[in-house]
Amino acid sequence: MTDTKTITDTRGFGRKLADLDKTAVAPFLALAALFVLGALVNPNFLSIDNLLNVLTRSSFIAIIAIGATFVISAGGLDLSVGSMAALVAGIMILFLNSGAIDGDMAMLATGIVVAIGVGALAGLLNGAVITIGKIEPFIVTLGTMAIFRSVTVWLADGGSIAMKSIAMRNMFRPVYTGVFLGLPIPVWVIIAAGLLGAFILYKTSFGRHVIAVGSNEDVAKYSGIHVNRVRAMTYIIQGICVAIAVVVYVPRLGAATTTTGMLWELQAITAVVIGGTALRGGVGRIWGTICGAFMLEIVGNIMVLSNIVSEYLIGAVQGTIIIIAMLVQRTLQKKK
Amino acid sequence: MSENPTKAATVPVLEARGIAKAFGPVEVLTDISLRVMPGEVHAIIGENGAGKSTLMKLMSGHLKPTRGTVAMDGEAVSFAGPVDAEHRGLVLVHQEILLAPDLTVAQNIFMGRELKRGLMVNDREMNRQSAEAVQSLGADIDPTTQISRLSIARRQLVQIARALQVPHRVVIFDEPTASLTPFETEALLKVIRDLRDRGVAILYISHRLPEVGAIADRITVLRDGKLIATREASELQPVDMARLMVGRDMSKLYPERGDTASHQNVLEVQNFDVPGYARDASFTLRKGEILGFAGLIGAGRTELLEGIVGLRTGHGEVKLNGNPVKFKTVRDSMAAGIVYLSEDRKGKGLLLAQDLRTNLTLATLEKFTKGPLIERKREDNSLDKAITDFDIRARRRDLLAGQLSGGNQQKLLLAKMMLLEPSIVIIDEPTRGIDIGTKEQIYKFISDLAKTGKSVIVISSEMQELIGICHRILVMRSSRIVGEVTGEAMTEDEIVVYATGVKINEAELYSAGNA
Repeated sequence: MTDTKTITDTRGFGRKLADLDKTAVAPFLALAALFVLGALVNPNFLSIDNLLNVLTRSSFIAIIAIGATFVISAGGLDLSVGSMAALVAGIMILFLNSGAIDGDMAMLATGIVVAIGVGALAGLLNGAVITIGKIEPFIVTLGTMAIFRSVTVWLADGGSIAMKSIAMRNMFRPVYTGVFLGLPIPVWVIIAAGLLGAFILYKTSFGRHVIAVGSNEDVAKYSGIHVNRVRAMTYIIQGICVAIAVVVYVPRLGAATTTTGMLWELQAITAVVIGGTALRGGVGRIWGTICGAFMLEIVGNIMVLSNIVSEYLIGAVQGTIIIIAMLVQRTLQKKK
Repeated sequence: MSENPTKAATVPVLEARGIAKAFGPVEVLTDISLRVMPGEVHAIIGENGAGKSTLMKLMSGHLKPTRGTVAMDGEAVSFAGPVDAEHRGLVLVHQEILLAPDLTVAQNIFMGRELKRGLMVNDREMNRQSAEAVQSLGADIDPTTQISRLSIARRQLVQIARALQVPHRVVIFDEPTASLTPFETEALLKVIRDLRDRGVAILYISHRLPEVGAIADRITVLRDGKLIATREASELQPVDMARLMVGRDMSKLYPERGDTASHQNVLEVQNFDVPGYARDASFTLRKGEILGFAGLIGAGRTELLEGIVGLRTGHGEVKLNGNPVKFKTVRDSMAAGIVYLSEDRKGKGLLLAQDLRTNLTLATLEKFTKGPLIERKREDNSLDKAITDFDIRARRRDLLAGQLSGGNQQKLLLAKMMLLEPSIVIIDEPTRGIDIGTKEQIYKFISDLAKTGKSVIVISSEMQELIGICHRILVMRSSRIVGEVTGEAMTEDEIVVYATGVKINEAELYSAGNA
C-alpha cells in the first residue's frame, strides 16, 4: 500500500509463470491433451494429412467463431449465425446463377462481395434491433435465426440452391480444396481472419471499446464511448465473418440446402467459450477461440478414427466438453 | 439484559484475542485484541487499507484468522462461516448493497426466511412486518416497492432492516451512513442507541468522525493493520481521532480557498429540466469557482448535472462561455471541455475487472493511437505520470482497478478524466467511502484546479465538505434549486433549512418523533 515506487518488475520467472492467466493457457493445454489422446487411439491421427484435413473442416466454425468472439466479449450473443450462413450462401449462389455480369471470374469476385454485403447487412439488422430496440440479444437473434432460416427455405423452395455453371464450380472449388505453400486455402483464411481479428480486438481503440462495453456498459457510456455503435459494430463483424465462412463453404459442395449451417451457432459459441472468452463479456480471446473450434473438430475426428464411441454421439461429447470447459474456467478463476 | 449485571459488564460478548491475518506473504492485520461489551457501541476507525474491513470479516466469520482466536462470551469460537456466526447472534451489515434489485423491499427483507401460510408465502404479513422494520429506521418506504426503484440511501436502509430481522446480540455496521443524508443518519443513530440500550453490542465502522464521536462509547483506532489505541469516546475529539488514524496533525483538512475575483461566467444554465428529476434549474458557474450542490439524496442533483452533460435527456438553455450549446451525448460535452465524475465509481466510473492502464486511457484513447494502432508505450508513460501526479498507491502496476482501495480508485478516475483536459470539472460525491488522508489530497486537488482557472462543481451529501471547499453552494430540494448560500452564510443550519424546508432543530424533533 505504502510504497509507490515498486513499479519496476523484479519478480522472478517463477512468479511470472504463476501470474500467467491460466484461463488463457488452458485451451491450448487441452488441445495438447487431445493430440496425445488422438495419437494413442490411432497412429494415423498425427499424420500431416489427417491434421490438415481436420483443420480445413474446422474452418467454417473457426471463422464464424472469430466474429462471435467480438459479439460475446462485448457482452452480446448471436444465435442467428447458422441460419445466416445458409441465407448468405443461398443468396450468393442465386446471384452466381443469375449471370448478371459477363465473365465467370468477375462473377465470382462480385459474388464474394455480395456475400459479404449480405452478411454485413444481416449483422447490422441484428445490431440495430438490439441497440435501438433495446431488446435482449438472445431474443433478437432467436427471432432472426428463424427468419433467416425460413427465408432460405423459401428461396430454395424447400429443396436446395445449387450452382448451375460447371465451369464456375470448377473455378471456385480451389478456394476450399486448394493448397498454397503447403497449407490448404481455408487454413490460410483462418490465419488471416485470426490475425485481423486479434489486431482489431487487441491493438485498436475499437477493440478496447468492445472490451469496455462488455466489461461494464455504464462505465463505457460515462467514458464517452458510443456504446450502441460499438455493440452494433460487433454484430456487423459477426455478419462479415459468417460471409467469409460461406465463401469458403460454398465451393465445397456448390450448393446451399435448408439444413446448411444447422447448429453452427452452438458450435461457434462452444468454440468461443472453451477458448477462454467470458460469456458475460469483458474478456476476448481470438486465438483461444480458433483453438476451441479446432478442438471440436478433433474430438469428432478421434471418434471417427477410434470406434470406441459411436460417432452419432458427437453432439453429446461436444456438449460435455463445453460444460467441462466452464467448470475448468470457474476453478481457475477462483484460484486467482 | 442479563440477570447478573456484574457478569454482563465484565465478560465481553465478542472478543478478538491477538488475531492476525495474512494474504500470502503480506500480513494485513497484526495481533489485534479487542473486547466488545454488551450494551456498548464500539467504533473502529482508521484510514482505508488500515484493516478495518478485514478485522470485521474475521470477527463475523467471513474470513479465518491466520493467528489468534475470536471468542464469544469468553469462550473461543471458530465460525464455520457467516451463517454460523448469524446463528450465534452476530450479524454484519455490509457496506455494499447486497439486495436483489428486481424483488420488492419485503421480498428482500425476508429472502431466505420467507413467512409461510401453508404452502404459500404470506406476503401480507411480510409486507406488514417490513413496513414496521423500515419505519423503525425512520424511513417511510412502501414494502411492495422494487429495490431497483429506490435510491442508494434507501437501499442501505432496507439492507439494515434485513440484517436486524435476525435475532442478534452483536451487530457490526460497516460504514452504514456512507450514503445517508443527515436526516437518515440521525434516524439510524437513534436505532443504534436503541439497540445498545437493549444490551446489544455494536461494532461501528465509519469515516465520519463527528458521527463516531456522537455515537461511540469506546473507539479503537487502526493504522496499517495495527491497533494504535482503544480509548473512551469522551476522551477523544474528532481532531484527535484523525491524528491517531493518520499519525500526523489533521487540523487543516481543507486547503486555503482561492479567491474568485473573476466574474466571467463560463457556464450558464437557464430553465433546465430533466424529466422526473429536475425542474426549471438555472445557475451560473464562474471561472475559477468551486460551486457546491447540496441537498438530500433524491433531490435531483446528480440527475440535473447528468442531464446537462448529455448523460440523460434534458431540455433547457446551456451557454458555455456565452455561446449556446446542446450536448446530445456525453462525448459532446467532453469535447467542449466538461467532464463529469460519477458518484458511482465502481458501477459507472471504472472497469473493475480491467487494469489501471486500460482504465486510465479509456475516455481518451484517440490521444494514444497512431493510425488504428494503440501505442502501449505512450499509455504506459501516461500511467507513470498519473501514478506520480495523483499519488495513486498500487502495489503493482498490473493490478486491476477493482483491487485498489476506494481512495486510489477515485484518484485513478480523476486522472482518467483529467486526461480530457477539461475546463469544467463536475465531481459527484468526491470523497464518498474515502479515508481522511486521501480526502485531504482530493480537496487540495480540487482547490488547485480552481486556482489554475478551471471551474469545479462539487455535488456532495457531506455539508462540512461543501462548506470547507466551495465558494458558493446551491441547495436543491424536490427537483428544484431552492437556495444559494455564500460566505458567512455557508453553515450547516442554513443549508439544512433549504434542503429540508425545516429548521434543523425541527428536523431532529421530527426524526425523533418518527423513529
